[in-house]
Amino acid sequence: MPAVSKGDGMRGLAVFISDIRNCKSKEAEVKRINKELANIRSKFKGDKALDGYSKKKYVCKLLFIFLLGHDIDFGHMEAVNLLSSNKYTEKQIGYLFISVLVNSNSDLIRLINNAIKNDLTSRNPTFMNLALHCIANVGSREMAEAFASEIPRILVAGDTMDSVKQSAALCLLRLNRTSPDLVPMGEWTARVVHLLNDQHLGVVTAATSLITTLAQKNPDDFKTSVSLAVARLSRIVTSASIDLQDYTYYFVAAPWLSVKLLRLLQSYPPPEDAALRSRLTECLETILNKAQEPPKSKKVQHSNAKNAVLFEAIALIIHHDSEPTLLVRACNQLGQFLQHRETNLRYLALESMCTLASSEFSHEAVKTHMETVINALKTERDVSVRQRAVDLLYAMCDRSNAKQIVAEMLSYLETADYSIREEIVLKVAILAEKYAVDYTWYVDTILNLIRIAGDYVSEEVWYRVIQIVINRDDVQGYAAKTVFEALQAPACHENLVKVGGYILGEFGNLIAGDSRSSPLVQFNLLHSKFHLCSVPTRALLLSAYIKFINLFPEVKATIQDVLRSDSQLRNADVELQQRAVEYLRLSCIASTDILATVLEEMPPFPERESSILAKLKKKKGPGKLPDMDDSRRSVNGSTEHSENTDTTNKGSTHSFTDVLNLNSTPSSGASLLIDVFSESSAPPAAIDVSEENFPRFVCKNNGVIYENQLLQIGLKSEYRQNLGRMYVFYGNKTSTQFLSFSSSSPPQLNVHPKAADPMIEGGAQMQQILNIECVSDFRDAPVLNIQFRYGGTLQNIAVKLPVMLNKFFQPTEMMSQDFFQRWKQLGAPQQEVQKIFKAKHPMDTEVTKAKILGFGVALLDGVDPNPANFVGAGVIHTKTTQVGCLLRLEPNMQAQMYRLTLRTSRDSVSQRLCELLSDQF
Amino acid sequence: MRFLLLFSRQGKLRLQKWFTSMSDREKKKIIRDMTTMVLARQARSCNFLQWKDLKIIYKRYASLYFCLAVESQENELLALEIIHRYVELLDKYFGNVCELDIIFNFEKAYFILDEFLMGGEIQETSKQIVNRSIEASDMLQETLEEYMSKPAF
Repeated sequence: MPAVSKGDGMRGLAVFISDIRNCKSKEAEVKRINKELANIRSKFKGDKALDGYSKKKYVCKLLFIFLLGHDIDFGHMEAVNLLSSNKYTEKQIGYLFISVLVNSNSDLIRLINNAIKNDLTSRNPTFMNLALHCIANVGSREMAEAFASEIPRILVAGDTMDSVKQSAALCLLRLNRTSPDLVPMGEWTARVVHLLNDQHLGVVTAATSLITTLAQKNPDDFKTSVSLAVARLSRIVTSASIDLQDYTYYFVAAPWLSVKLLRLLQSYPPPEDAALRSRLTECLETILNKAQEPPKSKKVQHSNAKNAVLFEAIALIIHHDSEPTLLVRACNQLGQFLQHRETNLRYLALESMCTLASSEFSHEAVKTHMETVINALKTERDVSVRQRAVDLLYAMCDRSNAKQIVAEMLSYLETADYSIREEIVLKVAILAEKYAVDYTWYVDTILNLIRIAGDYVSEEVWYRVIQIVINRDDVQGYAAKTVFEALQAPACHENLVKVGGYILGEFGNLIAGDSRSSPLVQFNLLHSKFHLCSVPTRALLLSAYIKFINLFPEVKATIQDVLRSDSQLRNADVELQQRAVEYLRLSCIASTDILATVLEEMPPFPERESSILAKLKKKKGPGKLPDMDDSRRSVNGSTEHSENTDTTNKGSTHSFTDVLNLNSTPSSGASLLIDVFSESSAPPAAIDVSEENFPRFVCKNNGVIYENQLLQIGLKSEYRQNLGRMYVFYGNKTSTQFLSFSSSSPPQLNVHPKAADPMIEGGAQMQQILNIECVSDFRDAPVLNIQFRYGGTLQNIAVKLPVMLNKFFQPTEMMSQDFFQRWKQLGAPQQEVQKIFKAKHPMDTEVTKAKILGFGVALLDGVDPNPANFVGAGVIHTKTTQVGCLLRLEPNMQAQMYRLTLRTSRDSVSQRLCELLSDQF
Repeated sequence: MRFLLLFSRQGKLRLQKWFTSMSDREKKKIIRDMTTMVLARQARSCNFLQWKDLKIIYKRYASLYFCLAVESQENELLALEIIHRYVELLDKYFGNVCELDIIFNFEKAYFILDEFLMGGEIQETSKQIVNRSIEASDMLQETLEEYMSKPAF
């Protein structure tokens, strides 16, 4: 037992700790503890009143036991008693016990509050500090209620000691974080700002922390802090280090205060006042210059403190994103650090460059460091540094360097740490898709991914490659050939068998002409893998086999034999057995025509954002998605679609999902499959530009309109005549609060937002309702401006809300005769708008029908003499008027073109509707 | 800052300070995660880790690991120096601090931390001032004890 014991020693405590340390086993320790607990309990319950010292000693023992990880269910009262002791050490132990053990909703809070109140009014700075610490440590609502108005008074009172001011500032900061509504702004706020001028640097440091947090919530109230902060920073940066005495840390002038001031400035845009702005630029330049000076000490503390200020200055430069010279200097500085011998600096440089890569000013400058970053990926010993290198490569990737970066990531994947493989796989899959100019490269890349890291290729990734192959007929033959070749490998990953089975089942016919890949060869190849695969894969293969029967009548008998074998028909797995039985029957009784219809090629998937991106974002942070749909749709499509958009060939999709039922795994399959086949229930992935999702909402009303790393905005809307209501769901994807949250939209349309809560808790979702009224016909959609504070920075997001003219349609059913009569009436040249355009999506009748219905008009059957054409009618309702509208869409399959004609009584309406709808096909 | 943990090479927790309220269950899980994660790191790796949306900054001093979690926008290098400053303060108080000092005088280790940090923010960066106030409280306690133990007349 060491003799160290300054102040007062508690011998009994030391003996007890010693005993515990000597325990040979966990059981012995528990036994010793139980003995001690029994002893303390009897002392506390005993008739003899305990003196302060004993009480302190026992409370301290209990604290020790608790910190060892054992539960303590008594002694709280004795600790509270210690608070009112006159002896400092007893009071101190009492406060410590309470800080550690009392959770915020304890019954004792009232008693504790009384003791705190006494100490706060004691005018003894040591006692006041103890009390303030206790408030900050516990931070409960009751405490905030009791003291939130008292603490600002202490903070700004003229006669408060410096040390108490520091405690008061930080205590207030804590209360503001836990119960912001209880901390009133008032006349003290202006005086707090002036603490930035205080003589005592400790007070300035504490005050800067408080002001930064308050300024994030109420930027306007603390605007004056900007000039004070710049002035203070400038004085520190230009001071000789000795000026600041003990606030100089290893020859660096007040690093903590400097960093806090730089952080405070990140709550604001660059100063508008020219003089102030140039003074700040000077400061930032000085900091950058100092990085080039020789170090004043060899100690790591010196370089850490110096570089801490430098990195914070760079963060401010990036935040302002307005001075190209500073940005380029920052990028060069980080470039130097990329090759520094300190691992920490390389790590931070990689991290910082990720944000620089997203600034337009510096994206190109960052790209010049690509070789160094690739080298880091290959040579860094520390996995977390390599992880940063992967992040940076991902951030700097664009069309010009995608092939190289993807290739490097793929080769790194071969040796990458298991912990980060899945993320790299997702990143490669996203980059390959995003920057694919030719899709053969994309298919090769994904197959490589499966080959190198098959276990880490999640379902999203292989679903996605299938979606893309099915939707692009130019790559189908190549995909079939490539998977066929890949399957030749003696040992190939099960994910490859899945992709191979699916693709050959759909497009095996495209390579069947070659005798080396004749139908029978294809089938034998697939079937040679069958027995090595898990049940879901076997189920998928069975579906591929029945598709083969349709594609290649010549192998029908072979496949029927396989299906008929006992290992299939009597398989212990119900799903496999059922498939074998049903497919066998189907192949026996159905005529070729029926088979061809049932087993027709899969219709194209609705074009949508990659679900992989959503997965990556999800991995990065616990995002919450709005509950867009009341119930997730049943996978087999038994639930009716609530929306009529994006629906692929209804009848056949459903029968196919049924036939192909990939979802025979009851576990996680359901949600993933929905992801692939879903209409809008699944979250489409994020985009950077807030207008990008807008066109998706022309024919539907629900979905995710905006998403970035912090925030996701989902919409659910309904319209009746000229009125609409939009539910906006803001999902905070981070674990920290968004503050000063506000959203507004210009009054173009009479959009009435109901006020939004100014704060969104981490991980929480907030709903806002917009009531919309269409006054007259319009073009421009309202823009929703969102502002909030996250961390140190003000986030500004503008999202174009998908309120379009067609939302105010009421469908009108009419007979052929009526239609042509009205068509004739609307024959004036300016009433008709016509557009001929190339199909952007595969031309599918059912999809087209669904889109026209989603657009809001009634589809009129049997009106147009040509059954391939579509005819629709509806009325646009505005407050002032109603506009009748007829439309006609003529597809030309051969040319892959459409002709769209719109006739309405108003030329502006015809024009706008034509623009909106023609973009959808 | 969110929390500070001190643990030994064997994974024994020596000090825990939480700057936001959390349930005991959450705390136990975090302690487990941190010890396994940090102890698995190789020597001379970088001192920073990403954990959920927090940054973990850790450093080993002799047999003890100091592990600090901060929000993602905070400055890693300075967090490293917060740890160092705390070690300096312990050193000054105990005179060449060792793990045993912290085990046997755990309450002092908490008091010193409280002089230095509050509510997850740095309160006083001057070593002299912190030391002075720690000494002052020891002094105060001695004086008060002497004062109180005088017999009444």
